[in-house]
Amino acid sequence: MEDWKVLLVDDEEDFVSTLAERLNLRGIPTSIATTGEDALRLVAADAPQIVVLDVMMPGMSGLEVLQRLRADFPQIPVLLLSGIGSTQDTELGMRLGAVDFLMKPLQIEQLIGKMSAAVTKAPGGVRE
Amino acid sequence: MDLRQNVKTRFQGLLEIPEEGTSPERYRAIRRNFVILMLLVTVIPLAIMAFINYHQYRSALKDEIVNPLRVLVSKTKHSFELFLANRLATVRFVAHAYSYEELADEKNLQRIFRALRQEFQGFVDIGLIDANGVQVSYSGPYDELQGKDYSQQEWFQHVRVEDFYISDVFMGYRRFPHMVIAAKRVGNGGRTFIVRATIDTGRFDELIASMSLGAYGDAFVINRAGVFQTNSKFYGKVLDQCPFCPVTPSFEPNVLELKDPAGRDVMLAYASFWRSDFVLMLVKPRAEILRGWYSLQSELAFVFVASVAVIFFVVFRLTKILVTRMQQSDQRRELALRQMQHSHKLSSVGRLAAGVAHEINNPMAIINEKAGLMKDLIELTPDFPDKAKFLGPLAAIVSAVERCRTITHRLLGFAKRMDVEMEILDVNEVLQETAGFLEKEALHRNIKFRLHLEPNLPRIESDRGQLQQVFLNILNNAFAAVENGGMVSVASWEKDIDTVALSFHDNGCGMSEETLRHIFEPFFTTKKEAGTGLGLSITYGIIRKIGGDINVQSKEGEGTRFTVYLPKKPKRGSGE
Repeated sequence: MEDWKVLLVDDEEDFVSTLAERLNLRGIPTSIATTGEDALRLVAADAPQIVVLDVMMPGMSGLEVLQRLRADFPQIPVLLLSGIGSTQDTELGMRLGAVDFLMKPLQIEQLIGKMSAAVTKAPGGVRE
Repeated sequence: MDLRQNVKTRFQGLLEIPEEGTSPERYRAIRRNFVILMLLVTVIPLAIMAFINYHQYRSALKDEIVNPLRVLVSKTKHSFELFLANRLATVRFVAHAYSYEELADEKNLQRIFRALRQEFQGFVDIGLIDANGVQVSYSGPYDELQGKDYSQQEWFQHVRVEDFYISDVFMGYRRFPHMVIAAKRVGNGGRTFIVRATIDTGRFDELIASMSLGAYGDAFVINRAGVFQTNSKFYGKVLDQCPFCPVTPSFEPNVLELKDPAGRDVMLAYASFWRSDFVLMLVKPRAEILRGWYSLQSELAFVFVASVAVIFFVVFRLTKILVTRMQQSDQRRELALRQMQHSHKLSSVGRLAAGVAHEINNPMAIINEKAGLMKDLIELTPDFPDKAKFLGPLAAIVSAVERCRTITHRLLGFAKRMDVEMEILDVNEVLQETAGFLEKEALHRNIKFRLHLEPNLPRIESDRGQLQQVFLNILNNAFAAVENGGMVSVASWEKDIDTVALSFHDNGCGMSEETLRHIFEPFFTTKKEAGTGLGLSITYGIIRKIGGDINVQSKEGEGTRFTVYLPKKPKRGSGE
């Protein structure tokens, strides 16, 4: 059991809900958002230890959400998800302060590994 | 009008260069047109100029050559006239200075004759003839002429009317050319008598000799009837008929060009004198007169021919060089265009691939998570009868998704032209590393997998990951091509100071020409379901990107050889 909470943000609800359920099954409390606005609201309300954010979303884009998060909650690490690997957007995201990025479809073990590494490294992160 | 139109069309035809294509015919046509045009615009003006020059020189020179002839004829004519006038005056003086009686006295006449011979050249004899034409007294070498009756002779009739008479040249008794000069006097008391003198015309020859005409020139005097009055060097003796006559009488010297009886081209200068009874003629071969002109003419011809030859040479060489350059640059342009088209094709296909990959990745992610969740749930559930039957298909789904992921990742890798990270590396090492991935398969399929690596291969500056991908792609193809028990061999060597080379040789199924043409195009595959058709396209892209080159030789049924050339240092600007 991990003692940290995850916020998953992706416009594909089927994807994000299923992934959340799998993470929950593995003892990682996960909440989900399908729009950028929801994501920002949930971060404020739930205070997750890490945000996993899709780069390409309709409406408020992943990069916009990322910028807001970096401004308002600089202590929360953000992990980017991308459908097309390393692109200009992803690279920009990395420069804006995302800790890493992953490409869909994911391998869940890899996701957990990266999240755990990011949370451990984060300022004021959870101690093992 | 038709002709003009025709010439116009032909000329335009020369200017029209076939626009399209790089076929040898096109360049032959260009070369031919160019040569013809250049020759036209250079040789025609040259020819016109040469023609004009030729005619100008000719007319100028002709005047210069012809004038001396006129002057000479004119001067000599005057000498003749002077001579004749002088002799006539002498005879008339004798007739007027002495009375009939004095002249009739043989002794007196002898004395006068001696004085004449002493003072004037050419007098042969002198006689006094009375009004009836009978020679009254005579002084000279032919005493038998004493008492001769001239009354029936033409000259006697003539002198009675005209007061004086100069005869044509004749031979007479004396067998040498001479002429008669006679003068009439009506003496005191109405007694008419005539003084007649014979003149040796040897003086004529002296006058003609004084013209100094050289070996080929000829000059002579003819009378009105065209009979020679002096010997001619080429055309006859005194009293022969002259072949050139008659000519229009002209007191001014005149020059004609004609052919003589021997067929030589000659120039004939002539002038009439002594009331046009005599004509002085000067004949010179044209060849001799125009010698200067002929040599100028041949110089002109030589210069013309030489210039035309030089023009031809230069035009042909220049045209050849130009057209060859043109052909080369066209070929380079064509090649560049094709490469551009090829890379355009690659990049547009790449963008398409990126879009497709993205669109597919999202549903794939959903499938992946759903299947993963089901697997998680089943694994968490205590054993139930068909648990394994559920887990099997789920694993298959996940692995199918994984395959799709590999494909889309490759597609994206191809599309985004991953960034190059350069380091100094040992190509052999990278090759050995990569070969390691395939050793198991080689063992399993009994494939002879050999590495012939140059031990002293210099290190190069390149991207390890990219090279691995290239080698792996090529080796995968080789392994796919060979049967079990086949052969795959890899070699490395230093090609030149800037380049190392690697070859990947298999004795597999080989490729057809058609396949060879397309192997570097994306989505081209012969592996049906097994291949994405991207491997070699990506390989090609990477190699070009790191400044190398790749070529492939293959024969169906015999095998394939890929040769990769890598620069030791990446060229600047090749990273684009």
